Amino acid sequence: MTTLLDVRDLRVSFPMSGGGRVHPVDGVSFSLERGRTLALVGESGCGKSLTSLALLRLVPPPGRIETGSAVRFGETDLLSLEGEALRRVRGRRIAMIFQDPMTSLNPVFTVGAQITEVIHAHFDVPAREARDSAAALLQEVGIPDPVARLRSYPHQLSGGMRQRVMIAIALAGKPEILIADEPTTALDVTVQAQILEVLDRLRETHGMAVLLITHDLGIVAGRADRVAVMYAGQIIETAPTAELFAAPSHPYTQGLFGSVPRLRGPLGRLSPIRGNVPPPEAWPSGCRFRLRCPIVHQRSGELPPLLPVGPDHEMRCWLAEDGRA
Amino acid sequence: MTAPLLVAEDLVKHYRSEGLFAAKAPPVRAVDGVSFTVGRGETLALVGESGCGKSSVGRTILRLQEPTSGRVSFDGADVFGLAREPLRALRRRMQIVFQDPYSSLNPRMTVGEAVAEGIEIHRLARTRAERMERVAALLEEVGLDASYARRYPHEFSGGQRQRIGIARALAVEPEFLVCDEPVSALDVSVQAQVINLLRDLQERRGLAYLFIAHDLAVVRQIADRIAVMYLGRIVETGPAEALLSDPRHPYTQALLSAVPEPDPLAQRTRIVLSGDPPSPSNPPPGCPFHTRCFHPLRSERCRTEVPPLRPVHSTIAACHYAETSAIATVAP
Repeated sequence: MTTLLDVRDLRVSFPMSGGGRVHPVDGVSFSLERGRTLALVGESGCGKSLTSLALLRLVPPPGRIETGSAVRFGETDLLSLEGEALRRVRGRRIAMIFQDPMTSLNPVFTVGAQITEVIHAHFDVPAREARDSAAALLQEVGIPDPVARLRSYPHQLSGGMRQRVMIAIALAGKPEILIADEPTTALDVTVQAQILEVLDRLRETHGMAVLLITHDLGIVAGRADRVAVMYAGQIIETAPTAELFAAPSHPYTQGLFGSVPRLRGPLGRLSPIRGNVPPPEAWPSGCRFRLRCPIVHQRSGELPPLLPVGPDHEMRCWLAEDGRA
Repeated sequence: MTAPLLVAEDLVKHYRSEGLFAAKAPPVRAVDGVSFTVGRGETLALVGESGCGKSSVGRTILRLQEPTSGRVSFDGADVFGLAREPLRALRRRMQIVFQDPYSSLNPRMTVGEAVAEGIEIHRLARTRAERMERVAALLEEVGLDASYARRYPHEFSGGQRQRIGIARALAVEPEFLVCDEPVSALDVSVQAQVINLLRDLQERRGLAYLFIAHDLAVVRQIADRIAVMYLGRIVETGPAEALLSDPRHPYTQALLSAVPEPDPLAQRTRIVLSGDPPSPSNPPPGCPFHTRCFHPLRSERCRTEVPPLRPVHSTIAACHYAETSAIATVAP
């Protein structure tokens, strides 16, 4: 397996209004393999989106990536790139799609103009060739009548079609890595199914690595090769997808599974996690889940590291040491 | 059998577009002939994708917007025929909970004032002390601390705000709640808390719910019966478990198969519908679903003849070919 991207101890901080800094991303490490999908799963405020933004140095100010963080992409450290060198990676070798395509598309330019702009930015090709490639890309993401659609403006398209256009733009640079941040969250379920199908097909044909950021365990199942569950700025459990779904071990992961309503199987009462997801300034010392955790552990005052629970399966919980998981 | 609490008959809501060329533009047929009943203490879930008209149904039956035509009766009273005063009195008995409680709470009002507002309007407490006591009891009933009454909405998380919204709706002792996507904006761990809360309140207070949602797995947790809407019409309705395990309308089947299930081993027939739903201002003739239908028997008849809702197996479906499943049915 070829490691494309290696993230080590990523930390992002923001100033607090009363002085001091909080770390909404606090020591995140993972790697992306060629042709593989890693899902970063968690609820709002867990730091999953900020993690993906940090990879491309898109952390909004006054946030900053802390020294000691490393994002290695082949031989280069993305965190040390500046200017032109950074632009050559961003959008070209690593592309990103977001939840809401309307805010990422420019309303005053046609779809064709926006795709060819990306093609021209990364490749030295004549206008005609760029236009042909743009039409081919629209075809590839399943947009009917692609040549005519090049002349459409974003507002003339449905939400699903706009997301397809975003994917086409992301593909225009022939990226090795695609970061998909909640790519279908704003879409209806039948349209979501269409978009996920497109993404699955493209990953196979282009051999891209995909970093899939989602809150939806249903989207992860049968799609991601590996899952990392985030809570309070940290990865709290990571395993191959089948293993994580078969044996979720961290009490938070178990709580997530207990909260998800199911369409099939016996109909029982949901068993939610108590309390609410706390904001970074309210994270407790020690284990960050301890105030919501159904289990009281004598060491919960100390922050646990990622501990092995099984082959290729780790969690940030002292129970792993007790063998009680 | 006792009469249902709420009866909606042939409900129609069309929106006229405004502006220079409005006269020429066809109306948006948001709700196009919808009939259903909700019994006392029962939950009917109205399910569909965005633009299907489900929220318009909820708002129209409460007369938060005027209907184009149709009849709604609530406990025998003709909702659309009522004058202002009797309508106000009836509204005490029918309340609504919105998707985003934040936009429905006044940011300048304390939580206590927001919850007490209905009690004041309908004069349900004699003294201020009695009112505050009721507010405290309501907050505790929805799982909040009574001391939160003095705080403001912005101090709370999404799940807590939704609990405040529910307490506010319950303050006037309603019998019927329209829940319009009440858990869609919440994180999954909090969503489960609110679903359980709504179930508990229903049991304790004998509430009837019209539960408007797009998520069938959520709906399964709470619905007695389900009605599936597409392009302003109900295309299938029936008891919840029957409709989920043996759907007869191709759209219901597609909707069910599109739900991503948190089970990597689930091997199911996945139907991916082609295209987008047609515009409700220009619905296709015949069956509203025929432009995206994948039923092997679909025919010329579907393009010309509107299929009526009729009993097939254990549900009621509007498909000419509902006896034959469009897909191999999957055992639950």
